[in-house]
Amino acid sequence: MADRIDLNLTVNGADHRVSVHPFTRLLDVLREDLRLTGTKEGCGEGECGACTVLLNGQVVNSCLVPAVQAQGAVVVTVEGLADGERLSSLQAAFLAHNGAQCGFCTPGMLLSATDLINRCPNPSDDQIRDGLAGNLCRCTGYAKILDAVHTAAADTGAPR
Amino acid sequence: MIGASSPRKEGRAKVLGTAIYTDDKFMPGALHGLTVRSEVPRGILRAIHFGEGIPWEEFTLVTAADIPGTNLVASVVDDQPFLIGIGEEITHSQQAVLLLAHADRHLAEKARRAVRLEIEELPAVLDIQSSLDLQPLIYGADNLLKEIRIAKGDPDPVWAQAAHVIEGEYRTGAQEQMYIEPNAMLSVVEPKNGVLQVTVWGSLQCPYYVHGALKQLFGLPEKQVRVVAMEMGGAFGGKEDYPSVNGGHAALLAWKSAKPVRLIYDREEDLACTTKRHPSRTRLRTAFAADGTLLALEADFILDGGAYATLSPVVLSRGAVHAASVYRCPHVRIHARAVATNTPPPGAFRGFGAPQSLFAMERHMDICARKLGLDAVELRRKNFLRMGDTMATGQVIREDLDLAGLMDRALTAIGYRDKRAAFALTNPEDGPIKRGVGFSVFMHGCGFTGNGESHVASVAGVEGLADGTVAVLAASTEMGQGKNTVFAQIVAEALQLPVELVDTAPVDTDRVPNSGPTVASRSTMMVGRILEDAAIGFKQALVQQGFLAEPYTPETFQAAVAKAVAALGSLRCYGQYHRPPGLQWNDVTYQGDAYPTYSWACYAAEVAVDLDTYEVKVADFVAVQEVGRVVNPTLAAGQIEGGVAQGIGWGLWEEVTMQRGRMVNNQMTNYIIPTAMDLPRIQVIFLENAHAGGPGGAKGIGELPMDGPAPAVVNALENALGALRLDEVPMTPDRLLERCEEVTHG
Amino acid sequence: MRGYLPDFDVRVPASLGEALDLMAQRPGTFTPLAGGTDLMVVYNAGRLKPTCFLDLSRLAELRGIEEDATSLCFGALTTFTELRECRAVHQHFPNLVKSARATGALAIQNRGTLAGNIANASPAADTPPSLLAYGAELELVSPRGLRRVAYDQFHRGYKSLDLAADELLARILVPKPAGRGFHYFRKVGTRQAQAISKTCLAAYACIEDGCVAEVRIGLGSVAPAPVRARHAEAALLGQPLASLPVAAAREALLADMSPIDDIRASAHYRSVVTRNLLGQMLRELANA
Repeated sequence: MADRIDLNLTVNGADHRVSVHPFTRLLDVLREDLRLTGTKEGCGEGECGACTVLLNGQVVNSCLVPAVQAQGAVVVTVEGLADGERLSSLQAAFLAHNGAQCGFCTPGMLLSATDLINRCPNPSDDQIRDGLAGNLCRCTGYAKILDAVHTAAADTGAPR
Repeated sequence: MIGASSPRKEGRAKVLGTAIYTDDKFMPGALHGLTVRSEVPRGILRAIHFGEGIPWEEFTLVTAADIPGTNLVASVVDDQPFLIGIGEEITHSQQAVLLLAHADRHLAEKARRAVRLEIEELPAVLDIQSSLDLQPLIYGADNLLKEIRIAKGDPDPVWAQAAHVIEGEYRTGAQEQMYIEPNAMLSVVEPKNGVLQVTVWGSLQCPYYVHGALKQLFGLPEKQVRVVAMEMGGAFGGKEDYPSVNGGHAALLAWKSAKPVRLIYDREEDLACTTKRHPSRTRLRTAFAADGTLLALEADFILDGGAYATLSPVVLSRGAVHAASVYRCPHVRIHARAVATNTPPPGAFRGFGAPQSLFAMERHMDICARKLGLDAVELRRKNFLRMGDTMATGQVIREDLDLAGLMDRALTAIGYRDKRAAFALTNPEDGPIKRGVGFSVFMHGCGFTGNGESHVASVAGVEGLADGTVAVLAASTEMGQGKNTVFAQIVAEALQLPVELVDTAPVDTDRVPNSGPTVASRSTMMVGRILEDAAIGFKQALVQQGFLAEPYTPETFQAAVAKAVAALGSLRCYGQYHRPPGLQWNDVTYQGDAYPTYSWACYAAEVAVDLDTYEVKVADFVAVQEVGRVVNPTLAAGQIEGGVAQGIGWGLWEEVTMQRGRMVNNQMTNYIIPTAMDLPRIQVIFLENAHAGGPGGAKGIGELPMDGPAPAVVNALENALGALRLDEVPMTPDRLLERCEEVTHG
Repeated sequence: MRGYLPDFDVRVPASLGEALDLMAQRPGTFTPLAGGTDLMVVYNAGRLKPTCFLDLSRLAELRGIEEDATSLCFGALTTFTELRECRAVHQHFPNLVKSARATGALAIQNRGTLAGNIANASPAADTPPSLLAYGAELELVSPRGLRRVAYDQFHRGYKSLDLAADELLARILVPKPAGRGFHYFRKVGTRQAQAISKTCLAAYACIEDGCVAEVRIGLGSVAPAPVRARHAEAALLGQPLASLPVAAAREALLADMSPIDDIRASAHYRSVVTRNLLGQMLRELANA
């Protein structure tokens, strides 16, 4: 039985230290230890992307990251996208286009789309599809999500 | 207002990640619940063995013997137990036998693995034919969960006289709803004011279904049971009846342990044991005159209903009524049966029987056109229903119906003629890519079949709040379709208020009346209509009691409400469903007005098949529908786009692979739903034709888009590849290869 | 989530040397962990045997892509994203770019590693066919020193590797193709992304005087391990592009495959489609 480790990580700009089993999934650290329930579990197998977060600037499936590998990491979750009450351009665009129906895939989708626009400021439909290929949505058929990403990418108030 | 794309009421919380779904709710001290299930499809449960190395004394354990009330899930037919007891018959793999709970979720899982069920196996029925053949008899006297006969005219003399008689057999597979949020329940059972109070919070479409099931499970009166609908991460019917089961399980553990319990399914469990779309087999026989006039139709429509009736009687009903699709036919005989098999019972999935029977008929029409040497478009045009025509149940079409116009609009939008001509030139050339266009024309009955609405007798209301705003009181649940917003728009329109002054009360059975389940594409049309009445009644009450004078402004209205609430303590007005005059239905003869109205549609698909790999790409898709009046265009388009995606998935990729009566591809990696890279942009066109029964003229829309894509895509495949045996969905690459080889190998 | 946490422990060695010492001292005790995109799935499903993970993910000695005149050398921890973003990989090994792009989706590509993809030994992995086509060589390291193994000799059977209990895969060396080269890669999955391979064919050929001077074909998902299609290669070697023996090569490919029925596809489908992929490859080669 492993000793617990002190996991230090920065989440949405705030430093945290939690005592966890080293193999606790990052997803569970976020949801249970830090009570940031915006990140969701849809499959536990790295398929649906509902657990997507930014880990040291890259999108990852937090259900596949053991705590020990997040030691000292900088993490961004959906709770970190808005600036206080002010939605990011992407969040506002999702709202305007109805890019979120049931909303369960939305946190992961927003993280992947935020990352996409940062890497690719003016993406085509195909580039958006490629960037969001790891985020499954069952409600929307992706159409309004693509529209929202186009709008956000075009917005000069650039997202984080 | 009606017709405006008002933004979602709960949209902001969803993009902020602050919306609370069931597993997000913090419940300190909660135990983690798990379910031990049979891996045997049929047998007698002899014993439950508890393995070594587990501190069993720390666990809460529940078996059938513990159940305080009735061990049957309240449903259409009460034949399904919550748990199977020692000496009783296991009737399907994944059936629940033991519930366990512990504070340590990891230990709970270890314990689950340490339980061994001793089951004396019995021969099982695992497919439709074996069930029909009574090999063996597993349910009732004849393995039938439900049987329905619909008759119009008399087809028998027609076969011999007709110029052409064409038969076909069509199959559709099970389909998994694959909501991204798996089934989840929380429960607390504790004494309150001296009596036991059962509370369940969960991901569920129908709070009053769960409420009724819990009352029966515990033998408690209405006031001692409370069900709260949480934010839902998708449902599509998959959380319509199953929540009575897992809600009951969670409550049993909470009751036995006297602690809060979390019963959160992981994806593997959800896929293996919860409800799916019914698999179907349809045999059609159609008689045509030489000019293509449809003279007679006989349909043998069979659903695989799994081990218990659950919703099969109602799914069968809708499938049977839709079997004749959108065609005028003087002589119709529909024989519909739901047969029992030793598999986890299917349930509701968007479309609810109609996708199955419509796939058969729309595929069949294309095949008939080919065999008759007629154009598939003209064959349909000749036989479309029009105002004044009678449907299979004798229902007379009383609305202005222009199916030909609908069809022409869709075919123009996709460029049907030009593409067919172009592909006819390019397909014979060398090269592995073959292209085709196809379409389907179909309808979807809005609301419950027959007398369903009268049975439910829905009640919904409007309440004034202390701040002068108005709350909608209804048991309808939000699952992404936007009902909070649509209801607010309807009530706001009725009260001449901005939509910001209307919101929805939490869906809690302590607070809202039973406005019926959130199913059957009924919420906007049926519950919305009741809310319209309730809103008008609310306003009249304010006026009559002297709080409000007409005409008014939003400001004066708000002030009036605030004043009334302060003076009276509360102000609510309820409306109830009343069957529209002139609607008649006979449940025994299956004659009459099956639905108050229908939405109508034509969908067209362009496909590209790669004959090196047998992969099918949907290159273009057009969805044209007439849905009465569109309340919220953005939300409505979202419903169509999402439904089309699910329909395409069902047509091409989504297969439930069963072995020993259970799903074995029960992981997201092996059950294939479309990613963003798999779907084209979908062109959505709404035609309006106000229907008096719905609020502002609205009809139902939620399920319609599920009915059309699969036959449109498979019809397109035939255009691309020629006359192959394309009679089944999903038409996976493996299956397509097989069908192509049938032709080349002779 | 069915993983039983108490059954698992993790050691984080500070250096490759320390990792190797640990493995040598207690052979069979440790499970090397890189990006975790395979192991964590099995762990989450509750199907992983109790073990102590050896977290290699921070070992700088295993990172990096080095280029010299004749080859590219990939550290074991090279991720799929790093493959996609490396200019030299685009220039010399387009099949590897396609392999990386075909693996899962971006969130997997950011974490999954080349060594993990190889050592997990799934016959359906997406980079092995390309590595076979390019004639890759593996560098294995242990306290006893370095050992080089040609990648096409590394797989001995289903999940059986030429990897000693005290060895780690440290680097993957891929010789740069010389002369006029032809590259082909195609994976057929269950959908366009997030798909496990039903079959995969990667090929590299060197053309001289209008003939196939050299050819290597790597196959995935049609045998217990990734394999070279040696019979098909033999049918093509030395043949003129103007008249490639397509039928003979397709026939020869049958001897290179032993596909099975599984949850994703039938053996027959794999057999037919892989031969069709070869056919497509030869069409493109003829036009090269």
